[in-house]
Amino acid sequence: MRHYARILAGAAVAAFMASSSIAAELSIVHGAVGKDNEVLRAELDRFEAATGHKVTIVSMPESTTDQFGQYKLWLSAGAGDIDVFRLDVIWAPQLAEHFIDLKEPAADTLDQYIPSTLAGQTVDGKLVALPMFIGAPALYYRKDLLEKYGEKVPSTWAELKATAQKIQDGERAAGNNDMQGFVFQGAAYEGLTCNAMEWVASYGGGNFVQPDGSIEINNPQAAEALKMAASWIGTISPKGVLNYKEEDARGVFQSGNAVFMRNWNYAYALVNGDDSPIKGKVDVSTLPSGGEGLKPAATLGGWELAVSKYSKHQTEAIELVKFLNNYENQKERAIVTSRPPTLTAVYSDAEVGEKQPFIPLWKPVLDGTLARPSAAAKRKYNEASSEFWTAVHDTLSGNGTAEENLAKLQAKLTRLKGSQW
Amino acid sequence: MKPSTASSSLSRQRLRSAWLFLAPMLLVLFAVAAWPLARTVWFGFTDASLDRMGKASWIGFSNYLDYLDYGNGTGEYFGLLVDARWWRSVWNTLRFAFVSVAFETAFGLVIALVLNRQFRGRAFVRAAVLIPWAIPTIVSAKMWAWMMHDQFGILNDMLLRLHLIDAPIAWTASPETAMVAVLIVDIWKTTPFMALLILAGLQLVPGDVYEAAKLDGIPPVRLFRKVTLPLILPAVLVAVVFRALDALRVFDLVYVLTPNTDATRTMSTFARENLFDFDKFAYGSAASTLLFLVIALITISFINLTRMNLEDGE
Repeated sequence: MRHYARILAGAAVAAFMASSSIAAELSIVHGAVGKDNEVLRAELDRFEAATGHKVTIVSMPESTTDQFGQYKLWLSAGAGDIDVFRLDVIWAPQLAEHFIDLKEPAADTLDQYIPSTLAGQTVDGKLVALPMFIGAPALYYRKDLLEKYGEKVPSTWAELKATAQKIQDGERAAGNNDMQGFVFQGAAYEGLTCNAMEWVASYGGGNFVQPDGSIEINNPQAAEALKMAASWIGTISPKGVLNYKEEDARGVFQSGNAVFMRNWNYAYALVNGDDSPIKGKVDVSTLPSGGEGLKPAATLGGWELAVSKYSKHQTEAIELVKFLNNYENQKERAIVTSRPPTLTAVYSDAEVGEKQPFIPLWKPVLDGTLARPSAAAKRKYNEASSEFWTAVHDTLSGNGTAEENLAKLQAKLTRLKGSQW
Repeated sequence: MKPSTASSSLSRQRLRSAWLFLAPMLLVLFAVAAWPLARTVWFGFTDASLDRMGKASWIGFSNYLDYLDYGNGTGEYFGLLVDARWWRSVWNTLRFAFVSVAFETAFGLVIALVLNRQFRGRAFVRAAVLIPWAIPTIVSAKMWAWMMHDQFGILNDMLLRLHLIDAPIAWTASPETAMVAVLIVDIWKTTPFMALLILAGLQLVPGDVYEAAKLDGIPPVRLFRKVTLPLILPAVLVAVVFRALDALRVFDLVYVLTPNTDATRTMSTFARENLFDFDKFAYGSAASTLLFLVIALITISFINLTRMNLEDGE
């Protein structure tokens, strides 16, 4: 009996020591848009309450291109200040060596994930990051305006242009001079790559680097797609769209000054939020296609959580990553921030379906998303993407024709690739 | 051989202590300026990558110029020296530096002349003028980015209300106005700095010169051209050199206002892009080295052209 008591006492002391010595200070870095920061903070508060660790959020600018530069700098310096990084879906191949393999630590939960989301984060057999949420674009439209003008949701880009033009002209004639037909992400950065990939693919023009690494972007379908997009500038889209990122586009759309918007899922919860002037007037659909018989395309986005190899608290950081990706938190994000979850089960959750009907509907779209060629272009992906967005941005701003810019792009990508990516 | 005299031993001793006093500063300068510069130059001759810096190996001038033989009698030149994007960046930087410094000098001169007069509230105005200079560039660039926004921006709103334009201008978006936008912000921000330096020069002009001119009845414009300007010219030239050095390495403003566009990419943003965004650390280092050389060359030729004497105040 005394022996038993001693064991108990010993266990209590051990538990006490463990809980006091484990209490770690962690840092998580992410680039927030919309309500990301508030929701993450709330989740971290729950994590802190449950474990006793402290977690600080380090915020980054909105532009993913800027985030990447900073992360790469920190990681190359081997800085241990940040324990958990929120990574863009395309970064795993470029940053793999700086993160720990999550295959073992997360083994118990891996079968709950949508398999394709894990495949994208696996580099040479190493699971670099755990998918936090998926990003897929939607065509946001003002259902009140479509109804008013007796138009239906466009299924091709040409229809979108005609509808946008009609409503824009009508609304401007009625006194709203600020009305725009269509806003999207046209600034020269990674976001334009996502937008333009959708245009090109929906016209059957392939990708700027094909999955097998070959380069066939200089084709008539791609040129047609870019010409279409260039024809929007100054007609249905303001010239300023050439420097819009996600939040600029949302700003215009949410203040009621645009008929259509291409944006990621996060915007849905915001444009339909209580403080939104267009609450209840917005619906979403898949993006249009290039024409009859062509399929629309949606670029796969999304964010992943990775644990830095240089972290001094790897065990706790893994715990945090798994906590943030658990069912309850994914469900909360799906409802509050309209972020599509990475766990299969959340899609069939009744509460999610009721509060955010758009999430379950998105499942089929997610299954057919278009991945950016980060796996094919490897460490040269950023440069390849930059060449692509430059060619597109030039075409949109009238600096050379689509054909000229695509021919140049083809040559530049071929040179960049060299003998192999 | 001259026998050592007391005075020369004294001067030797003074020389020694001078070096002793200078040593800490020289050491610090070596650590924070010379050593990083040397490393950058060295990396420019290697195939270094940001996360594999330890494994960098020497590749000579390939980052600057390299001939790739296609094996069939034809080939192509590669490298920084034939990179159109780099030369575009150099041209953008030079254009930016020239235009911004020209405007800032002109405006700075006018403001300095006004501030040099006696008037009520002069101390307050002198302090107020400095505000744009005191705001961190990142903050003012972001502030201006919002003011120049094509849909919600106050700048377009004001111009529209004044009927100076009939459609909002997409300041930072279109290639034609992107450089103008950057210039506007820079001129707004840095004119106070020029004004301050020129004002310092103006205050060194002795008052009796003006009294004498007044007695002789010289008209103000002529007084300015013949008396004031020659006297403050050395101060103005020093200010111009400072500003030009600053303008040639412009980075933050462009990075925040119009990143990644060919229309405004400068030498510094080009180097950063290659160093960090792309997997081309060595190429970026080579660009940084050229940037250093370009700035050094321009500064030296400017000093020579204006026969500026930095050795003493004459």
